[in-house]
Amino acid sequence: MTDSRDRRAKTEISFTVNGEPRKVHAYPMERLLDVLRQQLQLTGAKEGCGEGECGSCSVLMDGVLVNSCLVPVLQAEGASVVTIEGLAAGERLHFLQEAFLECGGAQCGICTPGMILASTHLLNGNPKPTMEEIREGLSGNLCRCTGYSQIVEAVAEAARRRTAS
Amino acid sequence: MNSEHIVGKSVPRKEGRDKVTGRSQYVDDMVLPNMLFGATVRSQIPRGRINKITFGPEIAWNEFVIVSAKDIPGKNCIALIGDDQPCLANEFVNHPEEPILLLAHPDRHLLPKAVEAVSIEYDALPAIFTIEESARRAEIVWGEDNIFKTYLIEKGEVDGVWEEADYIVEGEYTTGAQEQLYIENNGMIAAFDAQGITVWGSLQCPYYIHKALMALCGLPAEKVRVVQMETGGAFGGKEEYPSMIAGHAALLAMKSCKPVKIIYDRMEDMAATTKRHPSRTRHRTAVTRDGKILGGEIDFTIDGGAYATLSSVVLSRGVIHAGGPYYWPSVRIRAKALATNAPPHGAFRGFGAPQSLFAMERHMDRIAQAVGLSPIEIRRRNFLQPGQTTTTEQVVREPIHLGNLLDRALEASDYHSKKKSFANHNQSGATPKGMGIAAFLHGAGFTGSGERYLSSVVGVEGCADGSVRVLVSSTEFGQGTKTVLSQIAAEALSLPYENVSMAQPDTLEVPNSGPTVASRTVMVVGKLVQSAALGIRQTLISSNLLRETYTAEEFRTACQNYVAAHGQFRSWSRYEAPSDIFWDDQKYRGDAYAAFAWAVYIAEVTVDLTTYSVSVDDFVALQEVGKVLHPLLARGQIIGGVAQAIGFGLYEKVVWQNGRMQNNQMTNYIMPTSSDLPPIRVFFEELGNVYGAYGAKGIGELPMDGPAPAILNAVEDALGVRFDSIPLLPEDIMDGLNSHGAAASSQRGDHGLGSAGGVP
Ligand code: FES
Ligand code: FES
Repeated sequence: MTDSRDRRAKTEISFTVNGEPRKVHAYPMERLLDVLRQQLQLTGAKEGCGEGECGSCSVLMDGVLVNSCLVPVLQAEGASVVTIEGLAAGERLHFLQEAFLECGGAQCGICTPGMILASTHLLNGNPKPTMEEIREGLSGNLCRCTGYSQIVEAVAEAARRRTAS
Repeated sequence: MNSEHIVGKSVPRKEGRDKVTGRSQYVDDMVLPNMLFGATVRSQIPRGRINKITFGPEIAWNEFVIVSAKDIPGKNCIALIGDDQPCLANEFVNHPEEPILLLAHPDRHLLPKAVEAVSIEYDALPAIFTIEESARRAEIVWGEDNIFKTYLIEKGEVDGVWEEADYIVEGEYTTGAQEQLYIENNGMIAAFDAQGITVWGSLQCPYYIHKALMALCGLPAEKVRVVQMETGGAFGGKEEYPSMIAGHAALLAMKSCKPVKIIYDRMEDMAATTKRHPSRTRHRTAVTRDGKILGGEIDFTIDGGAYATLSSVVLSRGVIHAGGPYYWPSVRIRAKALATNAPPHGAFRGFGAPQSLFAMERHMDRIAQAVGLSPIEIRRRNFLQPGQTTTTEQVVREPIHLGNLLDRALEASDYHSKKKSFANHNQSGATPKGMGIAAFLHGAGFTGSGERYLSSVVGVEGCADGSVRVLVSSTEFGQGTKTVLSQIAAEALSLPYENVSMAQPDTLEVPNSGPTVASRTVMVVGKLVQSAALGIRQTLISSNLLRETYTAEEFRTACQNYVAAHGQFRSWSRYEAPSDIFWDDQKYRGDAYAAFAWAVYIAEVTVDLTTYSVSVDDFVALQEVGKVLHPLLARGQIIGGVAQAIGFGLYEKVVWQNGRMQNNQMTNYIMPTSSDLPPIRVFFEELGNVYGAYGAKGIGELPMDGPAPAILNAVEDALGVRFDSIPLLPEDIMDGLNSHGAAASSQRGDHGLGSAGGVP
């Protein structure tokens, strides 16, 4: 594990998180993941590996899916970040959250926030993916519980419902 | 009265909403005021005496809390079965990564440097790392003979069968270590005050930790409290090792009088915590001309690592499953768990059975070749039938018909027409295809007298608001414990599922319903939940607060009235062994499990002869697991288990060097991704089970047993070359094909490796 703090002093960084403007005091090289979890108490993003392999720390940054364990917080300056906490509208679940719930896409739940964000990103780029495309599109997010089938089915179901409505 | 059944329906997961919204609280999400962060200084060598510990000058050590073995108030051990594993090494280390010192500091970022700044000098001692070295006692590293445990199962007169045999078929099969690789790393928080010690963590077995902390901290039961946080996958990997981490956090908390959080990072978790036991199995089988097994000898050995921990029980499950779902008129099975200087191997889904069943199912294909029968026919002729006995002489009382199960799996996989078309396809080209079968069984619940000793207790509470709450120490870590136990309680009380909730597993609140392992939760604990729930209902009816039939509203009112009049309203139920189940621990004979789940899995593979990689193109998983209480969760369990087992067979190789895992990262220890796996097709037969709640059996471990042998059987079918070790990586296939080619050209006229190893 590397010391993610830079010799330079903490600096103020401003960005938008789930639609709200936020200011944090952080070392520039501190990981976005730690800032989200520890300073902003947004603990939905998880650390599975800390090296960009598992995707459990996935968030959307300006609409792009990133591994927040690899992003120095300085890079988030001015960006718009969406975490799992930003998907549901109050008590109303996002359609992907609904689908994960109904199709068995979440077992232990630790990969789920990252997996759902990866799925929103996938559907944003490709509203009607094939099963193959879903498997390909989610292959950067590891899940040890589900064997992926029910996750893939959840995404397909969500896509079907959204395009039907 | 609610006439609709709740069991058998895919109701929403109890904690599902929290999981999809990111609200679930895992241990690293929890923060306590003034909390310190803890880290572990570990052994750098496999075996030796600790000479000197030096604290480097670059660290402000006065800011750190430092704990060594001398600070342990109780006994320096992780109490489990035996007490041989120290919590902190004192004089000697016996494996790499063995904990020696603990450090804590308010800033978690300072810890890695501090750990590095501690240097330890050792007098190294010779170490051993393989089953072979341990068996021939190249060095004695544990006890007097390196042996943690042996078992002997004997049935009939094996020594007489070799004379009668038309074929004697021999084989040796090995399996490697496997990392559980839950996506949430291990972690614990401990706090200490006048009430005693409390730990919150990622864990499977609250009462294992409770017992370990009592011994380690020298505290009475009421001063130790263990709370399970949401747990991000476990698979056995959070069965025994969390007692170690809880112990470490507790020692730091006791010394500092502050809460302490220890969260492993991935590299530490992979290098230091338990893995699946590596194994070696030897078979020697006497078979008749028409393919009937007359008897045989099986020798099953596992590498337990440096301390005994759970090896004896893993060995027990492995040895009992070693004969597979077949009828052995006579058999002698010897099993041994040996010590090496690797970190202790431990619980992992399947618990010894995936190892011994891998051997059995590979060996079945070898027997088929020796006799000249198909893999289908050899199995069909030897399947256990109702009324026959298993290797431990347990009479099969269930009306299981394995031949029918096999037929259904063959049909689902389109086996015969695929075999035909592959025969053509494989004539030419660089992508041979094959089909492989595995048939197997998995016992539900603790082995032998285990459940009797556990003597689990569960409670169901009628609450003041009229709702119902289930009190168990059974934990949720993805399998659906909360959901299925709630279904059972709701069904027993004829209430809507929503009216039942689950208490958080907290030893202050919930009784010891045993560990959440061994596919026992639904079958054993579920049955107790059912009877405790019925107790609530009975009490309300006999107190004249409720009629025999009632609405949910009437129940609510009755329950409220009862609590108003009498206070706390709880009903308890304790496990009693069924009177028709008998097990002899001495002879290792009898009813090993109250029920078995049965399965036939079929894999279809393609081998790419340019990359030597294997892809699984289709996978059929058909099983009889008693009544399926929650179809969606059950299917999810099977698919997840199959995926993990495909990893076990084809991807996941632990690279060892002097007892230390070298590839302890997700970048170089490869588990399957979504694009590596085929759609896994799941089918159930439902025969029911008199011992389980609403006819359920265990399900969680079963899918780990069959995929690896089915896939290796398919690879042999595709290539005509035999592979008997897993994981089977592309380089192994390349080597196998090369030496096969060499062997074939030097012994022309012989059938090469593709032929049977039988001795006529
Ligand atoms: S924690 Fe960021 S990719 Fe694994
Ligand atoms: S649900 Fe457990 S890792 Fe995906």
